[in-house]
Amino acid sequence: MTRFTAWNVFWQGMTGQKGWSRQWRDPEPKAHYDVVIVGGGLHGLATAYYLAKAHGLRNIAVLEKGWIGGGNAGRNTTIVRSNYAQPGNREFYEHSLQLWENLSHELNYNVMFSQRSHIALLHSPGAIDAAARNYNTMRLTGTPDTEIWDLSKLKRAVPHLNYAPDARFPIMGAAVQKRAGTARHDAVAWGYARAADALGVDIIQNCKVDGIARGGGRITALETSRGRITAGKVAFAVAGSTSLLWQMAGLGRLPIESHKLQAFVSEPLKPLLDQVVVFGMGGAHFYISQSDKGGMVFGGDLDWYKSYAQRGNLPIVQDVAEAAMSVLPCLGRVKLLRHWSGVVDMSMDGSHFICKTPLDNLYLNAGWNYGGFKASPASGWWFADLIANDRPAPMIAPFDLKRFERGVQIDERGAGPDCKLHG
Amino acid sequence: MLRIACPFCGTRDHSEFSYGGDGSVTYPALDAPMQDWHDAVFLRDNICGRQVETWQHVHGCRMWLMVERDTMTHEIFSVRPAHPGLAGALEAAE
Repeated sequence: MTRFTAWNVFWQGMTGQKGWSRQWRDPEPKAHYDVVIVGGGLHGLATAYYLAKAHGLRNIAVLEKGWIGGGNAGRNTTIVRSNYAQPGNREFYEHSLQLWENLSHELNYNVMFSQRSHIALLHSPGAIDAAARNYNTMRLTGTPDTEIWDLSKLKRAVPHLNYAPDARFPIMGAAVQKRAGTARHDAVAWGYARAADALGVDIIQNCKVDGIARGGGRITALETSRGRITAGKVAFAVAGSTSLLWQMAGLGRLPIESHKLQAFVSEPLKPLLDQVVVFGMGGAHFYISQSDKGGMVFGGDLDWYKSYAQRGNLPIVQDVAEAAMSVLPCLGRVKLLRHWSGVVDMSMDGSHFICKTPLDNLYLNAGWNYGGFKASPASGWWFADLIANDRPAPMIAPFDLKRFERGVQIDERGAGPDCKLHG
Repeated sequence: MLRIACPFCGTRDHSEFSYGGDGSVTYPALDAPMQDWHDAVFLRDNICGRQVETWQHVHGCRMWLMVERDTMTHEIFSVRPAHPGLAGALEAAE
């Protein structure tokens, strides 16, 4: 693999770009691996990379039923932030943000991480008080870049929001995380794949798991569309389809429902919005940023009913368009270029699972709700740690499947045990 | 847009309705073991395919309905009132 360096970019430019090697190999699956990771999304690829890099394992495969970056890795709105207030979440997402800050160097691949700040609009004195409480908690627990902005500061930073005093929900201030931002989602998948491949990881695409053989409280083999593969350890990282694989392994039910979440991108515009802006009020939910190509990337709520279909419904298109117009009326004549939908694991408390399972050699990474993209570096980091050492580190110990039995819910939104409400 | 044939109001857009959840969940007795309650409140089959689910016609008659729907194709196979007495009365009237 040719490394990306200033000299190589210059030299390839002089010699017709003919000397680059392919970014990752396309290997035939071997009959046995020490670790098989099912799911070639961001979490699976990151896990493979950190298993090889930090834990020295080499005989690793990532099985992907489609192509890498084709599932939720390529269907999100690319927002990265760590403004979580619940114990467990806040340390985990802050660690993830710190990994993001060095990810391009770590992977020798430009993931275009842009720390352009995340601005959550506030619309009532009560909302400002609640945000101040949350953000003060973050400031005291290791996320120092969180601030509450008053209206005058917000107007200087983002002058073109709808500040009309007679708006249905007038803007009164904002909760801001300055180190938050966006990254290019495809580049993250490709960067992790390329870096993992360089360490010997086999990335096997178009390889669907059709059956799981069990014996003696372990998984003994995976029946795949490209043959039978045995594995020392098996790791599931297939958010959206976790329940299906879980039931294929004969493990019953999970505290997860699959829902679909849409995202939208407009035609490319000249630079318009230099931050991530979030609007959530009175049943509306909307978040928007501008990609480096110029498209406005935005999204809103779930489609509100359980589904495995990777296509969105029209009432949400209308909801999101209405929210866009109420926050950024200047978008009124902008054309929508594409919208799409991904299937996400919505968990019963809105938080994820990185944990051991009832089977000795099976490990689970699931339940990412709305938050999987930003979490992927830390998710891979700690999932690799769990797989390599066969015990949960304190960072991920709260995120097991048994927390509901203990009476513990890590419910950032305070919505209760109803999957669709954890948006 | 899904179209749900409400037995009381007729066929309407799904945006008039609110999705409840898995209709196969039944709650145990109040004095049942904690594990039974845990399972009923937190665990789901999360079926890919035909499932029975609850919807409420919030912008219509406000009745709760049992809808049999495919969670992949979104095809709806049947709709009936969630209340067994009402469902029985409607069937008797037909």
